[in-house]
Amino acid sequence: MAHVHTFCLPHYDQYPVHVALFRNLSNAAFLRSQLLEANPAFDYAFLDADMIVSPNHLKSACFHALHHTMTNTLKARTPHSELVFRLHPNNNIGEAYRKFGIADTTSKLIAVKLALSPDVTKDQVADHLGAVVQGDSVPIGDDAAELAMHTDLKKVKTVYKLNEKKTSANPTTDESERKELEAVILGIMTVKGS
Amino acid sequence: MADNPPREGQPDSTTHILPAPFTTSSLTPMTQGAEALVYKTVFLTPTTPCILKYRPPKPYRHPILDRRLTKARLLAEARVLVRARKEGVPVPAVLGGDWDAGWLALEFIEGRTVRAVLDAWVEGWKNRSREGESVEGEAEMKEFMHRIGHAVGRLHECGIVHGDLTTSNLMVRPSATSHSTSSGVLEQGELDGEIVLIDFGLAVQSTRQTQEEDRAVDLYVLERAFAATHPWAEKMFKEVLEAYKKSYKGAGGSLKKLEGVRLRGRKRSMLG
Repeated sequence: MAHVHTFCLPHYDQYPVHVALFRNLSNAAFLRSQLLEANPAFDYAFLDADMIVSPNHLKSACFHALHHTMTNTLKARTPHSELVFRLHPNNNIGEAYRKFGIADTTSKLIAVKLALSPDVTKDQVADHLGAVVQGDSVPIGDDAAELAMHTDLKKVKTVYKLNEKKTSANPTTDESERKELEAVILGIMTVKGS
Repeated sequence: MADNPPREGQPDSTTHILPAPFTTSSLTPMTQGAEALVYKTVFLTPTTPCILKYRPPKPYRHPILDRRLTKARLLAEARVLVRARKEGVPVPAVLGGDWDAGWLALEFIEGRTVRAVLDAWVEGWKNRSREGESVEGEAEMKEFMHRIGHAVGRLHECGIVHGDLTTSNLMVRPSATSHSTSSGVLEQGELDGEIVLIDFGLAVQSTRQTQEEDRAVDLYVLERAFAATHPWAEKMFKEVLEAYKKSYKGAGGSLKKLEGVRLRGRKRSMLG
């Protein structure tokens, strides 16, 4: 059984979100093939942990995915692919999967399950992920802080085109720079494509 | 525009249907402008406060036109904010939004407006001078003015013109420890706070041709707002301009234009 963290987004409290983090993933290719086959048992958003800056970064993507599902304005085919799509700064779904989704070489995985119907439970998600994902399940803590521990900041800045520009007037500490980066990224995700 | 203190009491939330997923129970009305209703709520986590700016449909406009205008204006505001934040200008972050539904979620800025801080300072100053004491803390005040000038300069530097730059649209975010800020007196260390520009509902990314003129109008509007507070505040405004001048390369040109704007007022003359 995998460690699963569950959170509820304000205003969409009725749809909990289940998150699990894995390290030393060894069957990325298998998981990806299941996504490509659109196997209904594998209806998750599988993300590369390199690309997630902070818990709020992930929560923002979840909010966008839920909001567009509930308002019938999905641009991708399913709520979970919408989640991957919403992370990317432009309107290309395939590229969103290449940048943020699972690749055959991914070793750190974040699996997200939006509980859109009440029969998706934490235990069931934990059981299923524990059975199909070959890797070390890592608890992410009550505040999901562990999600920010595996970021490849260089890769993230490249995707959001934040490299040459200074993201803050005075990025004094590592933590404040991360917060500033998060603030800019949430904005980019919100205004993208429209 | 929208973030000014309420002028006609609290907005009546029952007359508007809120966009999904928001409900009256999850939002606290804060203020109302000509275009937008402003609420306080939480976003992404139950402990992250946020400002929700909602532009309700206007019944007197054709529905298609109404939707287009709302979308265009919200999106313009969001784009300018994201752009400014990317450049390191102190503005609220954009947390979320839905243009078709007419809402925008912004980072909540703690603290008071510059207007409230100035009022509090003037109040304290009056009391002190009545007691015959010298005006203390003037150096601190000058430094405060410099930071306002610098913040405006940083905004103009990246080609953004605010469009409604009043003292009510400048916030003072307390540096570390925040006290209750509802009182009329100046809090200890409040002048050390960070200046944050808010309400970009009328902001534009100015084109090169009109830039100096538009920036000058921004400064002029701010100058009028200072003048409206207190004669003393009007005198202090030159400190704002001094810091503004040093904050970016093209500032000199905008300040020159400001003299012309002062002579004729905010509106451009249609003659000659």
